[in-house]
Amino acid sequence: MTDRRQFLGQAGLMVTLGLLWTNYMIGARAEAMILRPPGGLPERSFQQLCLKCGQCVEACPFDTLRLAAIGDGRPAGTPYFVPREMPCKMCKDIPCTVACPSGALSVEAVSTNGKLDINLAKMGLAVVDRNTCVAYWGLQCDACYRVCPLIDKAITLDLFRNERTGKHAFIAPIVDSGHCTGCGLCERACINDKASIFVLPRQAALGKPSDKYLKGWEDTGIDPKPLPAPAKNKKAAGNALDYLNKGF
Amino acid sequence: MIKNYRFTILRRLTQITILWLFVMGSVYGLTVLRGNYSANRVLGVLTLADPFAVLQILATGKVVATAALSGAIIVLLFYAALGGRVFCGWVCPMSLITGIGNLLRKAFKITFTYNPANDIRYLILILTLFVSVITQVAAFEWISPIGALHRGLIYEVGYGWMIVASVLVFDVFLVNHGFCGHLCPLGGFYSLIGRGNLVKPYYEHDKCTMCMKCLKVCPERQVLGMVGHNSASVKSGECIQCGQCVEVCADNAITFKSRFS
Repeated sequence: MTDRRQFLGQAGLMVTLGLLWTNYMIGARAEAMILRPPGGLPERSFQQLCLKCGQCVEACPFDTLRLAAIGDGRPAGTPYFVPREMPCKMCKDIPCTVACPSGALSVEAVSTNGKLDINLAKMGLAVVDRNTCVAYWGLQCDACYRVCPLIDKAITLDLFRNERTGKHAFIAPIVDSGHCTGCGLCERACINDKASIFVLPRQAALGKPSDKYLKGWEDTGIDPKPLPAPAKNKKAAGNALDYLNKGF
Repeated sequence: MIKNYRFTILRRLTQITILWLFVMGSVYGLTVLRGNYSANRVLGVLTLADPFAVLQILATGKVVATAALSGAIIVLLFYAALGGRVFCGWVCPMSLITGIGNLLRKAFKITFTYNPANDIRYLILILTLFVSVITQVAAFEWISPIGALHRGLIYEVGYGWMIVASVLVFDVFLVNHGFCGHLCPLGGFYSLIGRGNLVKPYYEHDKCTMCMKCLKVCPERQVLGMVGHNSASVKSGECIQCGQCVEVCADNAITFKSRFS
């Protein structure tokens, strides 16, 4: 009898603990708006694999990377960076990714044919707030464009007529999500009080087109099947006039 | 005097040295030991990883990279040979905190304690894996006071100190040897893998005068069940190899002995 009571007590304790623990964990592992080091797997996989050892943070020569503390709204012990404070300087030898023992930072994701290439990094995506970016007001500012490590690829300048004055041009930055690495040098360089170009996690900033649409002018690797030929209507028997005049 | 605390002094020195090497590695780039207790690199060549952390990741359905996997196996084999809870007694930094808790308990003559079963840690171990499967992240690693303590010393503290403090308060006021001796699933994990210690405390019944001091100092008293009954070595994997029973015995009835002698 005592054994059974003890067993029930312990089982009850474990269920209580388990429920509280799961509840805490589900809140804590929520996809935070957080930028990961280069080569980081998609957020969910990253959270699963990261051992929280901090070796990427130690390897970072610019003190860009930090380790999240408990209770600061980020998954505790995982690495992140805040571009406005210190962007990723895009080291050619990517010491942070190479240092990762767990595979949460994937060397393959940032190399082609076994050679490291930091330009393949996809840490995030820079987004421009056109209403506060002074270049879109007509002022001449290209700070983000000049500082971009992939200048003229990740950030290009768009030239268009200022209809308000009728005699000036806008020279304004545009980000290409195909090239942007999310390093955040642009966010750091922005002259505004709060940056008008800022890096968001890619899963938050990117759309995804419906697979109904294909770019016919690009090789997508998908062989578009020809549409089935429209079903032929059976020709109405007899003369058209007879059909129209039927019933009269 | 020193002889009476020889293992304790050695043990604390080892714990502090390892912690100090981690801090030096992070702050000054010393390459002897870089990373932390979950995963690290020794002398820039050998990757080690916490086998329990890796087990939790496996439970979430992901396979860690080869470096961490082989590192975890090396650590597993090391502690399987040496005695799993050598980690608890000689390496884990939380042992320093619960050690302080134990001293406070003695200093303030706190005798009150709840007595939960020692094997609750195995239930928590199972629970850890269960929660890891459900939440898809390594459950203990997200709340571990070991990680919180290490990160607090080197990086931002955040609210991590609360976890460490809660362990201290729990140990001082609620349960004697509460966290390490009852709750910690990592300790449970190492208890399970560490039954084949090469060196174990050996008890000689003939020399014993039944002063029972060993049972008073032992943080895992259940492992000394043979004291007062028969000569035997400690068999339980729960022994943390702290050597306090050897130090305290005035009759030399308990000594460290090799498994093969």
